[in-house]
Amino acid sequence: MATASLRWREPSILPGFGLALGITVTALSLVVLIPLAGLFVKAASAGPADIWAVATSPRTLAALRLSFLGALFAALVNTVFGLILAWVLVRYEFPGRRLIDAAVDLPFALPTAVAGISLAAIYAPNGWVGAWLAPLAFRLTIPFTDISFGFDGKVAYTPVGVMVALIFIGLPFVVRTVQPVLEELQSDVEEAAALLGASRLRTVFRVVLPPVLPALLTGFVLAFARAVGEYGSVIFIAGNIPMVSEIAPLLIVIRLEQFDYAGAAVMAAMMLLIAFALILAVNLVQARARRRYGDV
Amino acid sequence: MSDAALPAAAPPARREAARARGESRLVQFALIGVSLAFLLFFLLLPLAAVFVEAAARGWQAYRAAITEPDALAAIRLTLLVAAIAVPFNTVVGIAAAWAVAKFEFRGKNLLISLIDLPFSVSPVISGLVFVLLFGAQGYFGPWLQAHDVKIIFALPGLILATVFVTFPFVARELIPHMQSLGSADEEAALTLGASPWRTFFTITLPNVKWSLFYGVLLCNARAMGEFGAVAVVSGKIRGETNTMPLHVEILYNEYMGPAAFAVASLLAGLALVTLVLKTLLEWHYGDAIAASRRH
Repeated sequence: MATASLRWREPSILPGFGLALGITVTALSLVVLIPLAGLFVKAASAGPADIWAVATSPRTLAALRLSFLGALFAALVNTVFGLILAWVLVRYEFPGRRLIDAAVDLPFALPTAVAGISLAAIYAPNGWVGAWLAPLAFRLTIPFTDISFGFDGKVAYTPVGVMVALIFIGLPFVVRTVQPVLEELQSDVEEAAALLGASRLRTVFRVVLPPVLPALLTGFVLAFARAVGEYGSVIFIAGNIPMVSEIAPLLIVIRLEQFDYAGAAVMAAMMLLIAFALILAVNLVQARARRRYGDV
Repeated sequence: MSDAALPAAAPPARREAARARGESRLVQFALIGVSLAFLLFFLLLPLAAVFVEAAARGWQAYRAAITEPDALAAIRLTLLVAAIAVPFNTVVGIAAAWAVAKFEFRGKNLLISLIDLPFSVSPVISGLVFVLLFGAQGYFGPWLQAHDVKIIFALPGLILATVFVTFPFVARELIPHMQSLGSADEEAALTLGASPWRTFFTITLPNVKWSLFYGVLLCNARAMGEFGAVAVVSGKIRGETNTMPLHVEILYNEYMGPAAFAVASLLAGLALVTLVLKTLLEWHYGDAIAASRRH
């Protein structure tokens, strides 16, 4: 290893390294890296005053908050239900299990615009699901504060609609990362825990779930990253009211349509930087989790 | 220790063990019920709604919506964009997998991360970067205008945006599979005197053909269905730069719901075919593809 690490690459009798790497790096640079670098150059060239103006405008902040908090909420919902779904698919036998297993990948395959108009149709006030939601309206105020939250019976054309779309789009990620780990878990440790007197609930939380945690976190990050930038499935159901249900990617499109290239670039750069920083942070946490629970 | 040595103790212990592995029937039903309800509201109803809404005005209206000239132009454009972007990303994906899986070199992990980068970039930003480069106010805008070359609001822009968004798909499926196979087969073929290209086409490619097909399938589904990135670069000129997903949006925004859902049903059909092929591949060649699903 000591000598190998001095070389740029280890010798191999296989041919084609130069050609393969050349094609890869050239295509990657031309299609992905140079255009992305151009975005940051454009954003930087806007000048500090303009960058600050775009970055701190209330509309920008509202859109970023909706995109990031909505994605966070949707990813959390998907983490809980994705874990249950993966558990059910791996552990239980029931009619239609294989069909449902296959259906989980639908959000990967269904074009986002199709999902968008369909979700808008069924969650609209006169839609299949939307029509039943009005009686569920409620509002709670936390005592001694002004903080209140609730649900006014409408999903489509509100921030709740944004979250419905983001849950749809992130649904497969947690299931698909957790499923293979659950499949490989050895049941003898569970049996040992039970024979030593642990309750089933305790066995699940102390023995089964810890090794699944890194995969769960990976699924959460993937769902979150996808949801933050999601556009097609959201814009139809969101209603797109500025400051209320306008997501960050839509605001980028609006700025672009107004020929505010610099504004669009600054906002895009902000989104990418925040997203990369969050993903990096979670990867660091995950590296610690892996060290603790082993590489599963 | 054999079971025969402990005839009295074994049965209760085994019952304990069986109970330890599973939840009670009640909990099982509850968890299955929660899962099915979740899938019903977030997955199955949206899918069903596409076809129900598409059929709402009857067969004649459906046929008219998908055979009017602008719809046909959108279908042709979508097929054309995919026919260029998917083979391009397939070739690059194979090259990337060969370099990454068969050789050890510095910066390999960085390269893998960079290949995956488009997955964490918003589709809108994937389109925006090309507008900033080639748009009227972009870096190359004035030069392109002077030479009468159109990239944004034209076919090249659609292709570039699609290639960007679908860049990782093939490489991502091939890399883990090629890594798990190792290089012994290729080394044997080369030692026995086969030429490098012959080794590649008769050994490497057949070995990974199912995971390659799997990657191409997913790449194609995304290429044909991409919305955000192409929406930004297309300009949405009917009959010219309007792809199928963009056509769906235009119809929907013009309150032509049934027509929008009719075109959408074609895309949903594509998604279902993709899903069926993908599932069949996983059932029959799961071992080859399972390696890639873990990533």
